[in-house]
Amino acid sequence: MPCVSPDGRPTSSGMALLKSLKNETLSPGDIANKTGQPLFRVRSGLRELKNAGFVEEAEDKYRLSKTGETTIQ
Amino acid sequence: MVEVQKEEMRFPILGQNAPDFEAVTTQGTLRLSDFKGTWLVLFSHPADFTPVCTTEFIAFSKIYDELKRRNVELLGLSVDSVSSHIAWIRNVEEKMGVKIPFPIIADLNKEVAKKYGMIHPEQSKTETVRCVFVIDPESKIRAMLYYPLTTGRNMNEILRLIDALQTTDKHKVATPANWKPGDPVVIPPPATAEQAEERIKEGYDCKDWYLCMKKLSES
Repeated sequence: MPCVSPDGRPTSSGMALLKSLKNETLSPGDIANKTGQPLFRVRSGLRELKNAGFVEEAEDKYRLSKTGETTIQ
Repeated sequence: MVEVQKEEMRFPILGQNAPDFEAVTTQGTLRLSDFKGTWLVLFSHPADFTPVCTTEFIAFSKIYDELKRRNVELLGLSVDSVSSHIAWIRNVEEKMGVKIPFPIIADLNKEVAKKYGMIHPEQSKTETVRCVFVIDPESKIRAMLYYPLTTGRNMNEILRLIDALQTTDKHKVATPANWKPGDPVVIPPPATAEQAEERIKEGYDCKDWYLCMKKLSES
């Protein structure tokens, strides 16, 4: 599912991905296991969330950006 | 003189890397690489809101859980818009009571269809025929099926094909005609005369040195 709405806010599935990253740095596979979402959707969603500035990636692991942290509070 | 520009149509080959793509789908923008690590059944249908395609989508949805158990994802495709796809799957759910759980590519510019040889002009110059591509977790094309517009696909055969491919990978064997899980499998033919001689002594069910079968304990 698209994880970012046209207005720039995370959708419910986007929020689920962001919340899975609270205080953690995880791989797409870890997030798929944690959220129960299919791996292909997690990868696609993380790409959208990264482009929108909600998450940061390093070596195929993801963590919340400052914006992402603020968003899930 | 009018110069006719021929559209480039490629036909994939078994064993090659599946052509990469990034496409708009009913579940967001997806790339082939998003499916790495899982098997993928990429299939095309001619058009939304058509009768045979509707029966196929219902049938694909019914084997969805069976596919998931085999670590297989489904991805549909036609040259309709994403709005058309959304309207159609909502209609199927409302009128036929079946939820379509897998994404569908909206390949309006035929970019993916051309990469996978999905348009066969003798069938239709504008619509995709009924293709099935089985792509393995390393993104290699492992099997292809092409059906004409008039013939709906057989879901049991798609499941059987996946079972056969996964059994081959796991046990390094081949599968005979009409094989189904639990049936004896074929031992690959010997490559040398010495191996042929040894094959007879190995306790397989051999009709002759080149046709030996065995039962898999786990299947």
